[in-house]
Amino acid sequence: MADLSMRPEDVPVVTEPVTESDVLANTPAAGDERDLRITDSTLRDGSHAMSHQFTEAQVRGVVHALDAAGVQVIEVSHGDGLGGSSFNYGFSRVDEMQLIRAAVEETTQARIAVLMLPGLGTVHHLRQAHAAGASVARIATHCTEADTSIQHFGAARALGMETVGFLMLSHRASPQTLAEQARIMVDAGAQCVYVVDSAGALVLETAQERIRAVIAEIGHEAQVGFHGHQNLSMGVANSVLAFQAGARQIDGALCALGAGAGNSPTEVLAATFERMGIRTGIDLGEVLSAAEDVVRPFIPRLPWMDRASITQGYAGVYSSFLLHAERAADRYGVPAHAILQRVGEYGYVGGQEDMIIDIALQLQSELSMGDLAAVGVR
Amino acid sequence: MTERLTAAIVGPGNIGTDLMFKLLRRSEILQPRYMIGVDPASDGLRRARSVGLEASHEGVDWLLAQDERPDIVFECTSAKAHAANAPRYAEAGILAVDLTPAAVGPYVCPPVNLDFNLDAVNVNMITCGGQATTPMVRAVADVVPVPYAEIVASISSKSAGPGTRANIDEFTETTSQALEVVGGADRGKAIIILNPVEPPLMMRNSVFCAIPPEAGEPGDLQDKILESVHAMVERVREYVPGYHLRAEVQFDHARDLWQGMARVFVPIEVKGRGDYLPDYAGNLDIITAAAARVGDIMAAHRLGIRSSWKSSSDLGELTGAPAPASAPVDETAGV
Repeated sequence: MADLSMRPEDVPVVTEPVTESDVLANTPAAGDERDLRITDSTLRDGSHAMSHQFTEAQVRGVVHALDAAGVQVIEVSHGDGLGGSSFNYGFSRVDEMQLIRAAVEETTQARIAVLMLPGLGTVHHLRQAHAAGASVARIATHCTEADTSIQHFGAARALGMETVGFLMLSHRASPQTLAEQARIMVDAGAQCVYVVDSAGALVLETAQERIRAVIAEIGHEAQVGFHGHQNLSMGVANSVLAFQAGARQIDGALCALGAGAGNSPTEVLAATFERMGIRTGIDLGEVLSAAEDVVRPFIPRLPWMDRASITQGYAGVYSSFLLHAERAADRYGVPAHAILQRVGEYGYVGGQEDMIIDIALQLQSELSMGDLAAVGVR
Repeated sequence: MTERLTAAIVGPGNIGTDLMFKLLRRSEILQPRYMIGVDPASDGLRRARSVGLEASHEGVDWLLAQDERPDIVFECTSAKAHAANAPRYAEAGILAVDLTPAAVGPYVCPPVNLDFNLDAVNVNMITCGGQATTPMVRAVADVVPVPYAEIVASISSKSAGPGTRANIDEFTETTSQALEVVGGADRGKAIIILNPVEPPLMMRNSVFCAIPPEAGEPGDLQDKILESVHAMVERVREYVPGYHLRAEVQFDHARDLWQGMARVFVPIEVKGRGDYLPDYAGNLDIITAAAARVGDIMAAHRLGIRSSWKSSSDLGELTGAPAPASAPVDETAGV
């Protein structure tokens, strides 16, 4: 709860001017020895799986190992992005700005990215993160609400940050709609737009056709990326198909540490792409060691495809709802998978964790009425 | 006949159009005369003409060039636009009720601080989420200290016009501040979510307050908090009849993760009257109804007469409204 004391807009920010040419000078040019860029999100999406309890030592260890393995971009933020530390999403153990500063100190070649969701984080958070040394801004909206991100892309570009747009819960929009939304982000200043499978609900062709549609719309102006989840065990396969359709930025997390059943494991992506002769610039031995020796020992519970997380993929539920649903299940005595099933039926989007309590209360009252089948107890 | 002041609505979008209907229904002394926009094809301008207002797409310049200027203007554009327009209204001697998050004037939330300075020439209506949640924070803070209050406002994508979308940072920052200044929390945090699901979701607001550990346990303090919250809900329903608790207030025991504080959770749903957009858009009602009420009070003050504002009870609107905590499951959030 470190950031309870001060509103972000009141925090004094010392910003060293960084020009766009500084950023470009630090960005490997096209034609270098990589065919795609893997962004590791262990320290952002993994924050969900850690209930936002990362310590500074863990962050330093992971960044050091990823940097040594040749990963170029490492994302560090609360799981719900800058400003996510809250009752609704869970309070961070350590202030994310402190974690970002620590991460920046550990890098020799990698750059630190942050995630920000308009409506939760603000331009003030972005400025603070930039002042702490972050140089890639990833701005995420629900897949049909890209126009809420326009002011943030403008601000990130003005700060000289590299920009990435995130279209979350991409399974909820048609390929054509996604392409239109990606266009809004690129016109606002996004240099890459990700198809984000937040629910792990995309299955092979449904992932690839979205990547293709987005590339057809923006491919000559910006890159396209893919962020996968393992809820239906498709993260890596979808990532390969995304690459084959033209995506050039792919997200992963060590040991799959991420929301729901976790992300596409960075170490599996590295091994798979290497097997296929696709160059990621990542040293396989180093990244396998980062997963096995650095991350695995501190994970309280490996992300896994269990009844609740498979239900998330199947019903199209935002992955970070998992632990919140489990906690509500404990508190109100109803099954977590039944909560998640209903979240899917109601069409709640990322950020609506508060509705989980609501659904748990509904299920509890139905249970007390004796309608067990209605809550999925079979 | 009652003496009347003339009103202009600047911004013929979702909020401006809904406000027009609220003014026509709830106030006898405010006469909506002008509707101002910038797009000749605006649906709001067309509707304004159909109920007898003079409508122009030539903006505030046109309004201020009229021989008969309005006495009061309701700003329903964007924070940036109001920041630019506010000095011009003031110079022209026109009162301003600001429905953008520009926060030029003091925050007003009718059930909490109707004792605002009636001589103010500009007042701010916070945000739709702020109007829906600051009363609940105030209700809790009237009983126990609230070191931290957090709200999540979920609205349907269809009810969020371009102004809301372009101003999303201003929404969170203005609402956060109002949770402190009006709600009485030491620190506020606001989150807004747009959900595009069809059929559209009804406006939902979750209010979380950190409270002292003893208030997290059943007993006298909890009873007082519950009483205070229920009384405040009734005060809001006097101008927004669709405002209600979606479920009973939830208390959680103190936790280390919450710096040793306990927590109270108040789930609010706002069903709109359907004056402009259908009933899912309670976010329009909660701010336009508040603005109409405040405008009427300011006008009455200038005229030296009693407010003509009509409550939900006066209008017979509370009959058949959903009862707290008993909405049937199949009505949930409009799905």
